[in-house]
Amino acid sequence: MAISRREFFINSAKLATTSALIATGIVSYSKYAYSIPATAIRPPGALAEKDFISACIRCGLCVNDCPFSTLSLATEEDGVAIGTPFFTARTAGCEMCEDIPCVKACPTGALDKKLTDINNAKMGLARIVDTEGCIAYQGLRCEVCFNICPLQGKAITVEMRHNNRSGKHALFVPVVHYDHCTGCGKCEEACIMEEAVIKVLPTKLAMGKRQDHYKLGWEEKQKAGGSLVSPDIEHKYNLPEGKQYDLQGKGLTDIKVESSLDNALDSLNSFNPLFDIKKK
Amino acid sequence: MKKTSICQVVGNDAKKSKGWLGANKYLILRRLSQLGILFLFLLGPLFDIWIVKGNLTSSLTLDALPLSDPFVLLQSFFAGHSLATDALIGAFIVLMFYFIVGGRAFCSWVCPMNIVTDAANYLRCKLGIKAASGGVSNKTRYWILAISMFSAWLTGSIVWELVNPVSILHRGIIFGMSFGWSLIVLIFLFDLFVVKNGWCSRLCPMGAFYSLLGKASLLKVNAKDRKKCTDCLECYAVCPESQIINPALKGNGSSIVLDKNCTNCGRCIDICEPKVFVYSSRFKKN
Repeated sequence: MAISRREFFINSAKLATTSALIATGIVSYSKYAYSIPATAIRPPGALAEKDFISACIRCGLCVNDCPFSTLSLATEEDGVAIGTPFFTARTAGCEMCEDIPCVKACPTGALDKKLTDINNAKMGLARIVDTEGCIAYQGLRCEVCFNICPLQGKAITVEMRHNNRSGKHALFVPVVHYDHCTGCGKCEEACIMEEAVIKVLPTKLAMGKRQDHYKLGWEEKQKAGGSLVSPDIEHKYNLPEGKQYDLQGKGLTDIKVESSLDNALDSLNSFNPLFDIKKK
Repeated sequence: MKKTSICQVVGNDAKKSKGWLGANKYLILRRLSQLGILFLFLLGPLFDIWIVKGNLTSSLTLDALPLSDPFVLLQSFFAGHSLATDALIGAFIVLMFYFIVGGRAFCSWVCPMNIVTDAANYLRCKLGIKAASGGVSNKTRYWILAISMFSAWLTGSIVWELVNPVSILHRGIIFGMSFGWSLIVLIFLFDLFVVKNGWCSRLCPMGAFYSLLGKASLLKVNAKDRKKCTDCLECYAVCPESQIINPALKGNGSSIVLDKNCTNCGRCIDICEPKVFVYSSRFKKN
C-alpha cells in the first residue's frame, strides 16, 4: 500500500500533534503529581526528592522488607507520587532497624546504599512546631518525645528553663538537635497531644539558612585556635573572702555552693530509667 | 436475520477436530501463566509466603533471582538516574528471557492488562460490536514510547509510571490502589466500545518497547503447513495484530511470522482446524 508524500506528511503531522498533546498533558500532570505533602516521609537513605523520583521505579521491595509494615506505596489518594514508598510519622514512625532492610532491598539506589548506620539517616527533622500547645512548655512534666527518641539524650534532650509564669518553678522542655535527629518520627507518633506538637518536617522546610557573611565569633575562635582579637583584660573584683562574682551568671555567690538543680537535670538526661531498659 | 460476525464462530471447526481442550490449549496456558504469576506475587502480602517480593517493575524471587522491567529502567535512565547494578542485572535477565521466548510474549503471557483487554474483546464479539480503528494508528504506540522517554528527560522523573495502567494495575493488586481502578475500567470500555485492541495493539508503549525486542527474538509462530490453509479467515479474526499474518500465510517468502508485533499468544495455533501454525525458531526453514 503505497502512500503519497502528501499523505505521509499529513499522517506524520497528525501523530506528532497528538503526541505533543499527550506529552504536554503528562508533563503538566507530573508537576502536580510530584508535589509531596510535608507529612509524607521517604524511607531512610532516600535521595533528595528530585533525584528520588528519577530513581525510584515503584517496585515496593522496600515495603515488602520493612519488618514493621511502616512503609507503604502511595495510592492515588495519598497525594504522593503514585507507587512511591513513604510513611506518615503520626501513624507509625520508622523503627530504625540496625540492618536497614529497606535500603538493602532497593534495586536502583533510590535508597542510597551508602547509608550503613541508621543513626546517620536524615529522613526529615523533628521540630516542636507548637510550643504553646506543648504541655512541657506550660510547666507540666511530660518528656514522652524525649523518652521514645531512639537517640535519646542526643537528638532530643530535656533542658531546664525558668518558669516565668509562676516565677518560682522550672520548665523541663524537650529540645531537638539537628546533628543527631534522623527524622524517624517516633516523637511525633508518641506525642500525647490530640494533634502532635512535635512534628517531623522535610529538612528543607524545617531548617533555615544563614548567609555566609554571618560569622559566629566563638566558632571562628575555635577554628583559629585562639582569639582573633586581643583578649579582654580579666576584670578583678574586690570581694569578701569565700565569695565569687559572675557578671553574666548568678552574680555574687559563695565559692563552694553548687547548683543542685543543674545536677538533677544532668542525671535526668544521662540516667533515665527507660534509657537503661532499652540498652539491655 | 441477524448477521453473525466471524469472531462468533471462531474455533468451532477446531473444536470438532481437536476437542475443546485442543482448541483452547494456549489460551488456557496463557491464563494460567498470567494468573499464576499474579498469584505468586500475592502469596507474600496475603499469606506471608514470600516466594516473590516486589512487583513487575522489579522483583526478587526466592531472595536470589532479581528481575527488573527494562522499560521502566530506560525511563529512569532518561530521567537522569545513573543505573544501579542490581536493577541492571535484573533487566538483563528479563531482556535475555524475552529475546528467547519472543519480545511481546510479555504482553500475552505475563501482563495483567491483557486479561482486561481480552475480556473487552470477548464482550465486543458477544455484543456484535463491529471492529473499528477509531482512526488510531497502530504506530501511535511508538510515538507514545518516544513521549514516555522524552517526558522523563524533560521532567527528570519517571513520568510515564504516573499513568501507566500496566504497572498501576499490577502494583495496585499487590500493594493496594484507590481510584486507579477507574483508569483500568476506562481502558476496558475504550477497547470495548471505541477501538478494537485499542490499548494493547495501538497505544501501549510497553508493548511497543517489547515489539522492538521482538524484531530479533528467537521464538516465532510459523505458518508451517500454509498449503493446508482453507481460507476460513479465523486466524485473522483472533489475532490482536491481524496485519502480521498475511506475509507468512499468503506470501511467497518465509512462512514464519517475523513481524515484531506478534505477541506469541498462540491463539492462531489453537483455532486453526487444519493445523497450519506451530511455534518454531525464527531461523527454521521448511
